[in-house]
Amino acid sequence: MTALFQSEFFYNYRRSSSAMIGSALMAFFALAVLLGPFIVAQDPYDIAALNLMDSYKPPVWLEGGDPQFWLGTDGQGRDVWASILYGARISLFIGLVAMVASCFIGTLLGLIAGFYGGLVDSVIMRIADIQLSFPSILIALFLMSAVGTGIDKVLIALTAVGWVVYARTVRGSTLSEIEKEYVQAAKVAGLPNHKIIRKHVLPNVLTPLIVIATIQVGTFVLIEASLSFLGVGVPITQPSLGLLIKNGFDVLFSGLWWTSVFPGVAIMMLVFGINLFGDFLRDELNPRLK
Amino acid sequence: MFGYLLKRLIQMTLVLWIVSVIVFLMMSFTGDPVFMVVPIDATDAEIAQARRILGLDQSLLVQYGRFISSLVQGDFGNSYVFRQPAMTLILERLPATVEMVLVAMALALAVAIPLGVYAGANPNSRISRTIMAGSLLGISLPGFWVGMVLIFLFAVHWGIFPSSGRGDTAELFGLRISLLTADGWHHIILPAVTLSLATMAILLRMTRAGMMEVGRQDFMKFARAKGAPRRDVLYKHGLKNALIPVITIFGLQLGDLIAFATITETIFSWPGMGKLLIDSIYRADRPVIVVYLMLVALIFVVINFLVDIVYTLIDPRITLK
Amino acid sequence: MRDTVQQKLLEVRDLRTHFHTFAGTVKAVNGVSFDIAAGEVMGLVGESGGGKSVVGFSILGLIDSPGKIEGGEILLNGEDLVKAGEARLREIRGRDISMVFQDPMTSLNPLHTVGRQMDEVLRLHSDLDTEARHAACVEMLESVGISRAAERLKAYPHQFSGGMRQRVVIAIALLARPRLIIADEPTTALDVTIQSQILKLMRRQIAEKGASMILVTHDLAVVSEMADHITVLYCGNVVERGRTRELIEAPAHPYTRGLIDSIPDLSNRHERLKQIPGTVPDIRNLPRGCNFRDRCPRAQAICAEIEPDLMPQRGSLSAACHFPLSPGDTA
Repeated sequence: MTALFQSEFFYNYRRSSSAMIGSALMAFFALAVLLGPFIVAQDPYDIAALNLMDSYKPPVWLEGGDPQFWLGTDGQGRDVWASILYGARISLFIGLVAMVASCFIGTLLGLIAGFYGGLVDSVIMRIADIQLSFPSILIALFLMSAVGTGIDKVLIALTAVGWVVYARTVRGSTLSEIEKEYVQAAKVAGLPNHKIIRKHVLPNVLTPLIVIATIQVGTFVLIEASLSFLGVGVPITQPSLGLLIKNGFDVLFSGLWWTSVFPGVAIMMLVFGINLFGDFLRDELNPRLK
Repeated sequence: MFGYLLKRLIQMTLVLWIVSVIVFLMMSFTGDPVFMVVPIDATDAEIAQARRILGLDQSLLVQYGRFISSLVQGDFGNSYVFRQPAMTLILERLPATVEMVLVAMALALAVAIPLGVYAGANPNSRISRTIMAGSLLGISLPGFWVGMVLIFLFAVHWGIFPSSGRGDTAELFGLRISLLTADGWHHIILPAVTLSLATMAILLRMTRAGMMEVGRQDFMKFARAKGAPRRDVLYKHGLKNALIPVITIFGLQLGDLIAFATITETIFSWPGMGKLLIDSIYRADRPVIVVYLMLVALIFVVINFLVDIVYTLIDPRITLK
Repeated sequence: MRDTVQQKLLEVRDLRTHFHTFAGTVKAVNGVSFDIAAGEVMGLVGESGGGKSVVGFSILGLIDSPGKIEGGEILLNGEDLVKAGEARLREIRGRDISMVFQDPMTSLNPLHTVGRQMDEVLRLHSDLDTEARHAACVEMLESVGISRAAERLKAYPHQFSGGMRQRVVIAIALLARPRLIIADEPTTALDVTIQSQILKLMRRQIAEKGASMILVTHDLAVVSEMADHITVLYCGNVVERGRTRELIEAPAHPYTRGLIDSIPDLSNRHERLKQIPGTVPDIRNLPRGCNFRDRCPRAQAICAEIEPDLMPQRGSLSAACHFPLSPGDTA
């Protein structure tokens, strides 16, 4: 840990305002998500706690606002701020889990493709190429329309879309590593494949994977929000930020903007924070730019 | 040349075929369309008969065979909801989507390229850093939310632009095009801007990266050593080289625009095929979904092909293989 | 033949070009002076990274940040280029002074035809019309040894081999009839067989057109053939200069001696290759005193204290050394 704090990485981190802002935003959300249920008085999905008399209160700085609900309330008296915290949980949960799943599956397939080559490689890469020529949102949309809504279905759809980038990257690294002489020598000496993977391939592929994984969380949050907005994402009982925006859309034309605008701001800040940090990571971890 | 074209044609057909198989399989395993066509109080016999008519009692392979054969004839069956040929429904709405996509792309290019060139040529200036921060924000925004905010500000609050719908159209070559009328432009501005933002941000970043990469190349310095002024070197020598990676993703971006148009059309009630798709998903109107997917797959495959051709035109080092 | 003071074409006085990087200031060129008269070829010799290319770029004002010319004068027929504005420098580049880069694979824009890149020079620096320019390009291409010149003008750089491309680059450098050509390692990236062709070509062109040349290289063999006089650089300073014959046969500075000795002698196959021991010091942290002292077999205590100045030694040679070699010394 001390090595981290003394490293050049940390030195550049402290000098990069974007990295600091980015990670500050991410930390804020992480905290909000973890501590949310404890700091917010109202559980917005506990019907019993809602009071219809509180419905459509504007944010506290506007006329008619109520300091108890600083960002206002929605049509059922739900506190927007509480909804955002709960919704962010779901969004982040989905983003992170899907990322991990994609990473795992993608890396595995990439390793297989790189190591065994031949037909297996061709098939995997063909599928990847075809998938890449279509926009991921469309694929996800299509899958969701076929399998129905639900958090688990969203995770499957996102993973189905997200594995490709890992597979390609890992395959590329694997191919270039096994060409190297010291790996060939190790193979001749009888080193088993999994050891080669662990000692030679994985360390080299780790840094681009970290960058990809970080940014992918943000991408997934956006895709999930879009799917939920269209009604094919998360179910109403466990709304994510996207669904909150959708619900707010209906009353937008009456001038009740806060129920949809604030969740959007939350998504924006979260993804922006992730991207800022991810950008910084990419520049830092890229040996070519050094 | 001919060999290359043939090869590409075969590849494209192969991809489309695979897509058709996937689409067919997915559609087959999701819900039973028979209930879309029979009335609520149908008897079992009526249901069985409907199944026979729709061919749902046959094996999967036979069903697929019928699917494919009618597909290549352009017959996708009738929409369950509208009782009209699904193909016609989609094609009617195609111009509206194409309009919006083209305007969005034009907007994205018009903003992204100049700003990207500037940011790439002067990477450390204050303005450049602001531009880059802005572009990062651009790819962090949920597009549908931006659309909503724009509607709220410009349509509801200030009343400058209409909040939904397509403007008046005029006819050109048998197609109804709204870009030919002032009212059409009035309606298309907000949706096109919404749609263009993410692409604008991505193209900007790629242009900047391309310019910075190119700036490091020897031939740029050599051109300056000849006495060429900085600006000439930037635009005449550098830009074309810098845009090569941009062209690579141009095709993908166009595809993304078509995909995100589904959402934008939904928000703005824009009568394009994207909105039809979303509505059809809600209503489980299978034939329409199938048409949309196959048509869009065709469009993507063709776009990719065209981009590759353009690529070879721009870079003399690349030859068709 | 007048042998009064020959008009110096280029006089470089105490040039300093520094690069301000985050890791420290790199004093790539730290007090370099030399003269070139019309029609002369000067060899600029030194190890890679020793600042030779930076001298060439400084003359043309092509030093980009984080680099900057910190001091000195570069007098072209009396005009100081360091003080000249960008507009004036643009006039000079390509016309009065032109440059040949090292790597012909990357010097040319891959997306423009060769003809267009040649034409550019004439468009910038002459009043000739399109046809006249075209004719001039054809003529120049032929004179650098490229046959079917008119056709080749329409070709792209990747359609030429390395040696041909370098000929094109030389043609571009010569088009506007410059008085001085800076050739930065012009043959290093080429096959050995092509190298001598290109060198002969350059020598002929310079003689024909009465131009001068700065030949920047690390290859002493090349320079001994081509140059009238040689300037030796080490870590940003001139350590020796003089006429070629004298310098090669009996150098005064141990570094030059070391460079000459490290050229493999093919006649004596059993001898180990001689190297200059040690490595080039970190240019951001140059040692006190003479830069070369850690690697010099003749170094004494004073070498670590006082940096030697460039002093005339014998004949045309000047060297910056407290204990210069005499003829016959083997260091």
